[in-house]
Amino acid sequence: MSSKSSTQHLSRVNIIRKKHLRLTIAVLIILGLIILAGEITNYDHIDGLVSIPAAISWLFSNMLFSAGTLANFPTVLRLLWETILISIVSTTTASVFALIFALLGSQLTQVNTFLMYVAKLVASISRNIPVVAWALILVLSFGTNSATGFLALFFATFGFLVRAYIETIDEASSDSIEALRATGATYPQMIFKAVLPGSMPQLFSWTLFMIETNIRSATLVGLLTGTGIGYLFDLYYKQLNYEMVSLITLSIVVAVLIIETISNRIRREII
Amino acid sequence: MDLQLDRTHDGKIKINRPTRGQKSLKWILIGTALFTVAGFFMMDYSGLVLSQAIADTLSNLYQMFLQPELSQVGFGTAMSQVVVTLSLAFLSTILGAVISLFLAFGTAVNLSKPWLSTLIKGVITIARAVPTVLWVLIFAIAAGLGSIAAVIGMMFHSVAYLVKAYSEAFEEIDEGKIEALRATGSSYWQILFQVVIPETKSYLISWTFLRFEINFGVAVAMGAAAGAGGIGYELFMSSTFYYDMNEVGMITIIILIVAIILELIANRLKVKA
Repeated sequence: MSSKSSTQHLSRVNIIRKKHLRLTIAVLIILGLIILAGEITNYDHIDGLVSIPAAISWLFSNMLFSAGTLANFPTVLRLLWETILISIVSTTTASVFALIFALLGSQLTQVNTFLMYVAKLVASISRNIPVVAWALILVLSFGTNSATGFLALFFATFGFLVRAYIETIDEASSDSIEALRATGATYPQMIFKAVLPGSMPQLFSWTLFMIETNIRSATLVGLLTGTGIGYLFDLYYKQLNYEMVSLITLSIVVAVLIIETISNRIRREII
Repeated sequence: MDLQLDRTHDGKIKINRPTRGQKSLKWILIGTALFTVAGFFMMDYSGLVLSQAIADTLSNLYQMFLQPELSQVGFGTAMSQVVVTLSLAFLSTILGAVISLFLAFGTAVNLSKPWLSTLIKGVITIARAVPTVLWVLIFAIAAGLGSIAAVIGMMFHSVAYLVKAYSEAFEEIDEGKIEALRATGSSYWQILFQVVIPETKSYLISWTFLRFEINFGVAVAMGAAAGAGGIGYELFMSSTFYYDMNEVGMITIIILIVAIILELIANRLKVKA
């Protein structure tokens, strides 16, 4: 009896010791990878830490805008509006296509298995090619105008939304589909009476999320393709006009915050 | 019995009455659709010849995906550049994850004070509103273009994303378990490391890896747009400087393969969590 309890005790100690050992090994591996990755990329951890307060204080020190900087404000607003327009229009257009592909790609609402895999594959390719690659490819043939940014964002958004929509449809409508199928409802009835009404608020919430994300991505795309607010940022950045750089950054922040507020209000209204 | 029935305009009995939310959703959807149509007319298409552009894109895509070939960079260099990009993504994710863990303790409402939670959320909302590429370029002014600016700049969005994910995971912990430990007189840190982290471990790993997957794409972008090096820089050079579509294709395919592998791992971790 006593020997049994002592072996139990021992084995419990072993479990804890094993847990500690596993944790220590995991931490050591991660530390090793951090050092290795630092070596590969020439990343200096101390310089990195030092740069944070330096950059923040720099950002604020350039926020006392001179009159010359403020005179450019209308241009900033015009290009900011162009960028917002591209991100909203590309997201909404992509969401229409994404909805069709999501209905084809979801296990619950698929038409046939072959189309399901095609839909998933197309979505996976379009989302895993980074938006920069789309931008760099498209700018060569579409040139420096809004169409390039629109298409680059369209492809990336489309791929992401298909994945999000499929998950939403699977979560929201499994019960209702089963119920409707049992009553002998047709496929269109199932889609328009159960799936879409049930998951639409959540689907639209994902669309709003992508609009928020795309305003930031549009800045990146603009920087690469020479359009919108990203182009303006790049221009003044290269001229070392840091007051303008601060002004543009601040305008983008305000724009993103306004759009986040609006979309949060819409979310509260519809969900 | 006098039953009031709503009828549709063609005489059928109405079988559902939309709620307030459904009604507003309908108008919001109509509004969005109208804005989209109007938006197409408001965009600036200067210098665009659509038929020519589409034909060029198709021929570029044909060269890229059906005749991919590396010419300026060797295969070994391309692979080592992929490793550089992965390392940048790894560094910003893991350093961000450590910071996020502690910030998330302060953000989760069941582990923290309300004022602290609101404060951290506010700072994070502002940090997230700045596009990553702008963060990287701003840090480049302080630290010079290169890996430091890239890692720190990418870290900001990683932290914003992970704090939200972590704190939501923490908030779902059974209050009773925390209560039980508090009753035994455990300290704050004991509660965090004996209950909170072990309970949410698989979520934390899954979210962190998901962010790593996202950061790979971001690191490619920073290589192309902010001089961070890696495979993104090669992509930028071969498209903008050499106009070598076959090479752009090969690099895109390499990025695509790495991204799909990362996505599959992330999905597997998510199912396990």
